[in-house]
Amino acid sequence: MTEIDYAALAREAGLPRVGARQPLPAYLRELWDRRHFATKLARYRIEANLAQNRLGLLWVVLNPLLQSAVYGLVFGVIMPRSTREGENFIPYLVTGFFIFTYFSQSFNQGARAITGNTSLVRSLSFPRMLLPLSAVIRQIFELVPMMAVLAVILIGFGELPSWEWLAVPFVLVLMTMFNFGVALIAARLTVHLRDVTQIIPILTRLLMYLTGIFYSMEQVLADKPEWMMTVAQLNPVHDYISLIRYALLTDQPFTQQMVIVSVVAAIVFFFAGIYFFWTAEERYGRD
Amino acid sequence: MTEASKPTVVVDNLHIDYKTFASGKAANDRRALMQRQRGVRVVHALKGVSFVVHEGESIGVIGHNGSGKSTLMRSIAGLHTPARGAVYAASRPALLGVNAALIGDLTGDRNVMLGGLALGMTPSEVESRRDDIVDFSGIREFIDLPMKAYSSGMAARLRFSIAISRDHQILLVDEALAVGDKDFRAKSEQRIRDLREQAGTVFLVSHSMRSIMDTCTRVLWIDHGTLKMDGDPKEVVSAYKKSR
Repeated sequence: MTEIDYAALAREAGLPRVGARQPLPAYLRELWDRRHFATKLARYRIEANLAQNRLGLLWVVLNPLLQSAVYGLVFGVIMPRSTREGENFIPYLVTGFFIFTYFSQSFNQGARAITGNTSLVRSLSFPRMLLPLSAVIRQIFELVPMMAVLAVILIGFGELPSWEWLAVPFVLVLMTMFNFGVALIAARLTVHLRDVTQIIPILTRLLMYLTGIFYSMEQVLADKPEWMMTVAQLNPVHDYISLIRYALLTDQPFTQQMVIVSVVAAIVFFFAGIYFFWTAEERYGRD
Repeated sequence: MTEASKPTVVVDNLHIDYKTFASGKAANDRRALMQRQRGVRVVHALKGVSFVVHEGESIGVIGHNGSGKSTLMRSIAGLHTPARGAVYAASRPALLGVNAALIGDLTGDRNVMLGGLALGMTPSEVESRRDDIVDFSGIREFIDLPMKAYSSGMAARLRFSIAISRDHQILLVDEALAVGDKDFRAKSEQRIRDLREQAGTVFLVSHSMRSIMDTCTRVLWIDHGTLKMDGDPKEVVSAYKKSR
């Protein structure tokens, strides 16, 4: 029996290789064609997650609200006031915490997008990017009622609506690009190294304290060396939250650097995340 | 093998590895943390399988548990990247597996929608086929319950019904005929035969020699990750039976 050259045979018959990674434009086009899968999955996940609770969908806002109440108690009542001189504390805290939740949830759920859906990845073939995309879409769905509740709280505590509120959606679009990029990078890293899952909660906690949710970074670091403030302001999450606070609350600091960091981080993370995730497309679900 | 019909699937010297976590004796060959994860063992599931499949053939795949049949199916469907070798196919092969898990927390109805979308249908296509899918599965009264409340047979029937709702050119069926009761099995076998007439090529993995003999024109016998025999159903099946 002679050795058959199978690869040549396939070439002659014009058969493409199965499971080969598509070029990026074709990949993104298929992603777009299948976007309904991501949105439906996000919606159903929220429903399924809450269906067994008596209060159902209310938990989407109740949970971050109660968490901010805990932080409000600790940092607003127990800690000295000098860390947040002159802030209208409750709107300041709730704005920061809600926006930070959007980031931290995208990061956490994004990291679990592939490893938490192994059976789905192993049984059906679709662009894997749909899973982290769906994780971020889910957070967007949850953000909408949170923003409505936030508006009620702001008005209740004397921060009245102004034209500047209209800037919030633009900042949120930038932040969504950033979150999506972070989710994609985290999703791939967890596939390579499961240990990343252990580090993510710690990283999230660290970022939360470095972002200044319940104290003002600017005031806490006022008597520290200059470079510490520079580093703090290079943190994109800090800048997104600062911009939103600037738009929603009165007397908030504003620097050009915040805008620059926000825009640059959004663009860089968005494209880098897509590229980074796509290059490993064939690996997902393999081990 | 006739040269007249077109090849639809070419499998070229396919090797597949799995990385798994092992403990006890298997984990004893410890390596440094940075070099490689400790306790990870590589399982060589397929060791160089090659064959060519032509249009209109229906291929039975047999072998003992753990011989690599399901791995072969998954890699033909493009769900595993080969360690070496490659699979070529005329169009993207679709895998119908009873293991194709959907999401247990969601109702059957939601899973019909998700499964359909994951197969590449549009939402309106899924809507229009929803009734057919539910009727075929025969579990209409439970369709609003979460899937984790289903018995394994019910869940497998629903998954199977979702998967076959779409026409495929190359179809891979993994033990699907073994699920469900007698009526459902008869219904699925009929559906598979229909699909084979539309589809160019069908692969069927089964432990039931009767359904292999009934539906296949050629049989592959996979043993310990290698292709042990390839040929006429009668010959291969009788050789396989003798080996036990």
